[in-house]
Amino acid sequence: MAESPFKADIERVKKEYSEKMTPGAVVYLPGSSVINKTGSWRVFIPEFNKDKCVRCFLCYTYCPEPAIYLDDESYPVFDYDYCKGCGICANECPTKAIVMVREVK
Amino acid sequence: MEIPESVKKRVSIPFEEHFYAGHTACQGCGAALGLRYVLKAYGKKTIFSIPACCSTIIAGPWPYSAFGAPLFHTAFETTGAVIGGIEAALKAKGYKVKGEDGIMVVGWAGDGGTADIGLQALSGFLERGHDAVYIMYDNEAYMNTGIQRSSSTPYGAWTTNTPGGKKHFLEKRHKKSVIDIVIAHDIPYAATASIAYPEDFIRKLKKAQKIKGPSFIQLYASCPTGWRSPTDKSIELARLAVQTAYFPLYEYENGKYKINMPSTKKEPKPLIEFLKLQGRFKYMTKEDIEILQEWVLKRWELLKKKAEIFG
Repeated sequence: MAESPFKADIERVKKEYSEKMTPGAVVYLPGSSVINKTGSWRVFIPEFNKDKCVRCFLCYTYCPEPAIYLDDESYPVFDYDYCKGCGICANECPTKAIVMVREVK
Repeated sequence: MEIPESVKKRVSIPFEEHFYAGHTACQGCGAALGLRYVLKAYGKKTIFSIPACCSTIIAGPWPYSAFGAPLFHTAFETTGAVIGGIEAALKAKGYKVKGEDGIMVVGWAGDGGTADIGLQALSGFLERGHDAVYIMYDNEAYMNTGIQRSSSTPYGAWTTNTPGGKKHFLEKRHKKSVIDIVIAHDIPYAATASIAYPEDFIRKLKKAQKIKGPSFIQLYASCPTGWRSPTDKSIELARLAVQTAYFPLYEYENGKYKINMPSTKKEPKPLIEFLKLQGRFKYMTKEDIEILQEWVLKRWELLKKKAEIFG
């Protein structure tokens, strides 16, 4: 399992982030939204079947989050911390290697 | 984690990511995807100016920011003026603006902030000839405030102030063609793009980066919330808009029109394929659909003629 590309950012933001009001309400930290885990919005969860995947990268290209990144074998990896479950990846997948199923928590 | 070079080469869009996860866009948002492509194309060395629109929320409610680049939130009507001012200030300070290694100044506004409220600032920005890029992401209504009609809303669409029914009416006016207004300023580069064709969009962004003078890109970004469409159909809808010639992809460069690849390939599909996937068009009668179809084909023929004469 590959690591999230945002891992370093999460650590950086956690260290430097504060709720204190800044002068002029300026946001100093680029990319500080990574500590906002949007995965809880999800109703449907993408299920990935590695055998069907042809590595066309369409899911990676069209993910609006981006909650899909590639591992070193270039298979897509889903970041369930951020995936909002929109289903674009499942709809665009040409081999139907991704299917959306209702998430049970 | 290291991604091998061979994998990076196979991905058709730039690999660097400067748009961070955890932003607060709705599921299946087209504007968020558009922002991701813009940040992929231009990288960190970019200054954004965003007026009041959905992207104000997407880029981050205080104290978060989803961008790896600086961002200036501005008032609704001033995007054009602000990017003009930023560009002039950078030049006065001696920085290189635009071009291969210069700082990019990008105005990113919705259709309300461009076609209705920000039109005079946009016109002034184009007329003064600042070296910046203005991107209008077109989701065809004021989505952030709750789906009110804008001048970019198409004929027959449902919005909260054109609700249809017996006492009210659906949107009766056709979509305003902002890009024709922009081209009338005789600027060096203007283009339309769609989120369903990222390679085409990024190529246009890179072209706008190289060309001196103001550039304008109209990006078709779907909005599942406002269009009452399933969230997973965002890309499919943006693609169908191009395939039915409802939103053809073309570019205007120094007086020449060129229709781009996805639009030239085949004859346009019937418009009903695009309409039937969206809840906002479900109140249309058969006559309404015919009127809209006729308008679409008329615009498409006009564009083809323009490309033929000024090709």
